[in-house]
Amino acid sequence: MNRKLSALMLGTALALAAGTGAFAGDKVVKIGVLNDMSGLYADLAGPGSVIAAQMAVEDSGLTKKGWKIDVISADHQNKPDIGVNIARQWIDVDKVDVLADVPTSSVALAVSNLAQEKNSILLDSGAGTSDLTNKACTPNTIHWTYDTYTLAHGTGTALTKAGGNTWFFLTADYAFGAAIERDTTAAVTAAGGKVVGGVKHPLNTADFSSFLLQAQASKAKVIGLANAGGDTVNAIKQAAEFGITSGGQKLASLLMFVSDVHALGLQTAKGLNLTETFYWDLNDGTRAFSKRFQDRMKNHAMPTMVQAGVYSSLLHYFKALDSLGENPHDGAKMVAKMKTMPTDDPVFGKGSIEPNGRVLHPAYLFEVKSPAESKGPWDYYKLVATIPANEAFTPLDKSTCPLLKK
Amino acid sequence: MQALYAQLLVGLINGSFYALLSLGLAVIFGMLNIINFAHGALYMMGAFCAYFLLNGLGLNYWYALVIAPVAVGIFGMVLERTLLKWLAGLDHLYGLLLTFGIALIIQGVFQNYFGSSGLPYAIPPQLQGGMNLGFMFLPIYRGWVVVFSLVVCLATWYLIERTRLGAYLRAATENPNLVRAFGINVPRMITLTYGLGIGLAALAGVLSAPINQVRPLMGADLIIVVFAVVVIGGMGSIMGSVITGFALGVVEGLTKYFYPEASNTVVFVLMVLVLLVKPTGLTGRAT
Repeated sequence: MNRKLSALMLGTALALAAGTGAFAGDKVVKIGVLNDMSGLYADLAGPGSVIAAQMAVEDSGLTKKGWKIDVISADHQNKPDIGVNIARQWIDVDKVDVLADVPTSSVALAVSNLAQEKNSILLDSGAGTSDLTNKACTPNTIHWTYDTYTLAHGTGTALTKAGGNTWFFLTADYAFGAAIERDTTAAVTAAGGKVVGGVKHPLNTADFSSFLLQAQASKAKVIGLANAGGDTVNAIKQAAEFGITSGGQKLASLLMFVSDVHALGLQTAKGLNLTETFYWDLNDGTRAFSKRFQDRMKNHAMPTMVQAGVYSSLLHYFKALDSLGENPHDGAKMVAKMKTMPTDDPVFGKGSIEPNGRVLHPAYLFEVKSPAESKGPWDYYKLVATIPANEAFTPLDKSTCPLLKK
Repeated sequence: MQALYAQLLVGLINGSFYALLSLGLAVIFGMLNIINFAHGALYMMGAFCAYFLLNGLGLNYWYALVIAPVAVGIFGMVLERTLLKWLAGLDHLYGLLLTFGIALIIQGVFQNYFGSSGLPYAIPPQLQGGMNLGFMFLPIYRGWVVVFSLVVCLATWYLIERTRLGAYLRAATENPNLVRAFGINVPRMITLTYGLGIGLAALAGVLSAPINQVRPLMGADLIIVVFAVVVIGGMGSIMGSVITGFALGVVEGLTKYFYPEASNTVVFVLMVLVLLVKPTGLTGRAT
């Protein structure tokens, strides 16, 4: 009896050990979508990014080839410590292979460090800071959709060249705000403009009136909004209220998503310039993807560029997996493989990945339509200019990424 | 110097919201002895109510100012009748947990249907535009908010401290059995008081709808500060909460000018200082 029992226990222990250890070279993949699920960035990333990830799984066709792919998600609440804790647990306990999305630059930088330490993969779509592929680059991170350099050289340069040669910044007081202010200042100065001042506000501010009054008093021609999501929406709405736009000062919404325009309404947002790398109504490919996405969203929202980037980055990852034929569970190896393959999907078109992890694709300068120009819900942008991929992102010879100095 | 005047005025505007919300909290705490953590969620419901009235029924801002507080107030009274009344006489902690749970549920439901970045609500046409005061451009709507909320605060104070109805209310909290002996329906008075406090929150929600986005988390972001206001002013003190509300708005406005990075912590620093020096709050009486 006793011997039987110990044999049973030994057997169970062996079975458990086999179950938990992920063997190299299987066809099991786990994707973790880590973003803001409930706060000021939830509409531009949030549950929509999870839907985009699931669409990428389906469209990859890997499940038909015998792969088992799981998508899990969590809320990092825009706090680096919470984000890193979740990511650590995902990698150590849940055996997650890829961390996807991760908006909020401060969280992204912390998670990128962790991904390198654990030899995991970060496919970042939501975060803005260009540091991810410059001084903080790692062999485990690919930065997909956009970065602060793109925004600065899109909206920043365009407004300066159009006569807005003095700038005042309203800057969100965290990594993203600092990065976009720095990159935009460089772009403005390069285009012959001057920065006359700025003020830092806490992340997630409801009332901007104090800051807007300071911007108004600066007499700068352009007020650069170095913030995002709900902060940008509130700042724009209240700027209209305080007569800033009617007083001749122009607002530069440096980072603005289609979800923000939807929240503001065209009456308030009309005429704003913004830079994005994706808009649902660009071509047949984007329209088809967006329609399918919209049907799955509970509030029938169109995808933002962040959500589209999650789809595109995972699709590329699955292509790399498919070409290897098995999951090596080796982050740096997978990322290296992904960098050797050109990117190509219906959402962002053709592109490539630089050695520093920066994905190159074109960016677009848009202007928000007036209510009269809009034909219906979500018809918000008209295309002003296309910025070619090599101008939209930091040139490789200017990148400060340590990986490049070999 | 001009900029300073402007910041003072802006602080006063924010103070109006603090005052209206902390007044409602003070009324509820004073009369029901409940720390109402659902206050922020009900404030948000007031704003959403205004949005639905406009976009669903075509009823404009002025109707919303009346209908939203009544509708949300009734919702509050239902909450009181069905849930809160069972907590009478129990430790504060139970009320705190229940109302906090209610807040999370309400916010979660709204967020599920409307997302997080919110819905636009335009300033009513009669109050659009602004005037140049010399030192700043004052949007007319903001001026309206200050004046209107001051009037409402004073009216509420008068109702509770200076009328017969208010006297019954105060007596009922001191000694409910004695007041009941005089033939007054104490449970009904408590329900109405809760409804009044919630109505004030919903009214603040309607007032803020044109300024801020109508967002599911608009109350959650605000309520923590408002609790600090109530603690500084003294729990349960009506006039104290009104004055502290306006004063802290001004302090916060000045911080945004002199040291903006600290603007969302200054209220809590003040709270700590006040609690160290005078634990009952600035106007609270020791019990």
